[in-house]
Amino acid sequence: MEKNIMQPVPCRVDKIIRETEAEFTFRILYSGETKNGQFFQLSIPKVGEAPISISGKGEGYVEFTIRKVGKLTEGVFGLREGNQIYMRGPYGNSWPVELFENKDLIVVTSGTGMAPVRTTLKHFADHPEIRREVYLVGGFKDRHSTLFDEDRKYFDTCFHTVYPLSREKEKLPGYECGRVTLFLEQIPVESMTDYNIVITGAPAVIETTAKHFFERGVRPERIWVSLERKMSCAVGKCGHCKMNGTYVCLEGPVFNYTVACQLFD
Amino acid sequence: MGYCIEKTRFDEILGELAETYQIYAPRLDAQKRRVRFGKINSVSQIVTDRQSDFSAKEVYYPISQVMFYFRDDRVEISEAKDEKDFLIFARACDINSIRRLDRIFLENGGAQDLFYKRLRDKVKFVLLECPESFDECFCVSVGSNIAEDYSLAVRINDDDVKVELKDEDFEDYFDDEEECDYHAEFVTENKKTVRIPQISRDNLKTVSELEFWKQFDDKCLSCGGCNTVCGTCSCFDTVDVIYEEGSNDGERRRVWSGCMLEDFTLTAGGSRARKTPGANMRFKVFHKFYDFKDRFGEEHMCVGCGRCDIRCPKELSFFDTVCELHDLIEEGAE
Ligand SMILES: Cc1cc2nc3c(=O)[nH]c(=O)nc-3n(C[C@H](O)[C@H](O)[C@H](O)COP(=O)(O)OP(=O)(O)OC[C@H]3O[C@@H](n4cnc5c(N)ncnc54)[C@H](O)[C@@H]3O)c2cc1C
Ligand code: SF4
Ligand code: SF4
Ligand code: FES
Repeated sequence: MEKNIMQPVPCRVDKIIRETEAEFTFRILYSGETKNGQFFQLSIPKVGEAPISISGKGEGYVEFTIRKVGKLTEGVFGLREGNQIYMRGPYGNSWPVELFENKDLIVVTSGTGMAPVRTTLKHFADHPEIRREVYLVGGFKDRHSTLFDEDRKYFDTCFHTVYPLSREKEKLPGYECGRVTLFLEQIPVESMTDYNIVITGAPAVIETTAKHFFERGVRPERIWVSLERKMSCAVGKCGHCKMNGTYVCLEGPVFNYTVACQLFD
Repeated sequence: MGYCIEKTRFDEILGELAETYQIYAPRLDAQKRRVRFGKINSVSQIVTDRQSDFSAKEVYYPISQVMFYFRDDRVEISEAKDEKDFLIFARACDINSIRRLDRIFLENGGAQDLFYKRLRDKVKFVLLECPESFDECFCVSVGSNIAEDYSLAVRINDDDVKVELKDEDFEDYFDDEEECDYHAEFVTENKKTVRIPQISRDNLKTVSELEFWKQFDDKCLSCGGCNTVCGTCSCFDTVDVIYEEGSNDGERRRVWSGCMLEDFTLTAGGSRARKTPGANMRFKVFHKFYDFKDRFGEEHMCVGCGRCDIRCPKELSFFDTVCELHDLIEEGAE
């Protein structure tokens, strides 16, 4: 029988990692193929359904880092290890990871924006043989909202990292004060020959970061972003994510900036 | 093959057809206020002297549709209710509308939506010939005045019904009827001719920034009525419901939504990708007269049925909007 594209399947919540008060990472047993940057529709029957990026993966599992903001996400926070969650996917395109190999990589994220690039960062941390210089500027709001503390310790050993906290006045060990855009200057993009830039997070951060790099002569082809739009179906049927002729759930969420800058709502 | 059949006899044939089909046609609703597609058993119930207020889509794409039932820990796919196929009396514009919905539900994204498909596969049309077009129609100028995908066509006269038989499956029903020379005719002119704006990748942004769109900010109520009546609007929300507090049973439905509604792009936290009625109208005009065709080729989304103009409580005319946009772009190009 033909697959019902709207049908969620039950999966087991294997582990719940508390990242912050409002952001937990859920490890869910799943053994299908996924690509970095894709997302799933997660759901709880009788509560709702929502698109969530894959934030981690390993043998037999995928991870999602979820911020509690509404109906479904609150419902997910009520789950315990061993409970079931429903999923369908994976959906959307992915980061062009192969294109990033053997080139310098600049990653600028704000808040939960680190979630959709975490698998890609891990990939390059794990594979020095295909890695050149990696610069990670990972911004968070304050000391209570930092994500992936363990992973970032690992990234610190092999990437150039800086973690600005936009609302902290006082410098904390391992962090800087201020917005991510303050720390872009120190990335020596002018001396790089072949590189890519990934920007994720709040739309305003994406925009100002891209603008910063353009002013330094970076061409838009080098920039990659992940977009977020209201979604109900994730399969090109409900119309919610449509930006004129582009369905973010199908053609995205990852876009090269040459395409992204043409899109509007 | 054509037949000329007295109305009383035609009703008998409808009775025979009803054994195999659920027969739908534009008829007065229970409150006798609106003309909607509902079940009929007599040709006299069909409203022929005006455009129906709603399109035929509600037959095969219901306003609210259960997708899944949740029982304890199980997810069950909802069953389609009545096994009988649909035989729908519809005008050319409505018959042409279904092709637009097919594009979205069966083609877009490369996967078929089975909830749509299972109802859509049941649909057969009886073309309701339009003797002449209604005031708001502009089907001719969008090429949807002529329909081909029908099994039967009818011309409903005062005493008799002329029938064109196109689909052999229906031959048996008309075996004993008096043959005549009848082929459905289509309207070839409307009172209104739409001027389709020349929108392209090159001017998309400039056109979207025109002051023109701002007029809708004060006028449009964001009621979404224009989406509701449109046979080519396909957007929906998914909603989970629980039968009663504390119950383990519930369902996941999908219900019509529409780009003119205020919250169509609303995300958690309260931000909206499109913030004003003007932006919504622009988005809709682009979809109906630019990007649907750009994506799927062949034809524009709008079939020119005129229903949205009839429906709008603020008397905003989609037709005028499209034409005025055309003129503005033309002027700019000069
Ligand atoms: C491609 C993609 C990846 C995402 N990845 C993550 C992630 O890794 N972690 C995370 O915490 N959040 C992520 N989000 C945002 C997340 O989808 C929303 O926070 C979530 O939908 C809110 O659902 P809710 O039911 O809790 O909120 P409600 O406000 O109750 O939302 C109701 C419904 O509206 C839709 N909706 C609301 N907000 C959004 C939104 N921002 N984006 C898309 N649909 C929305 C959903 O269908 C949702 O079920 C992602 C969004 C997209 C589009
Ligand atoms: S946009 Fe208006 S005229 Fe066009 S098909 Fe829809 S309801 Fe009919
Ligand atoms: S029917 Fe009229 S008022 Fe209602 S959303 Fe459409 S244009 Fe606006
Ligand atoms: S989320 Fe439904 S069309 Fe993209």
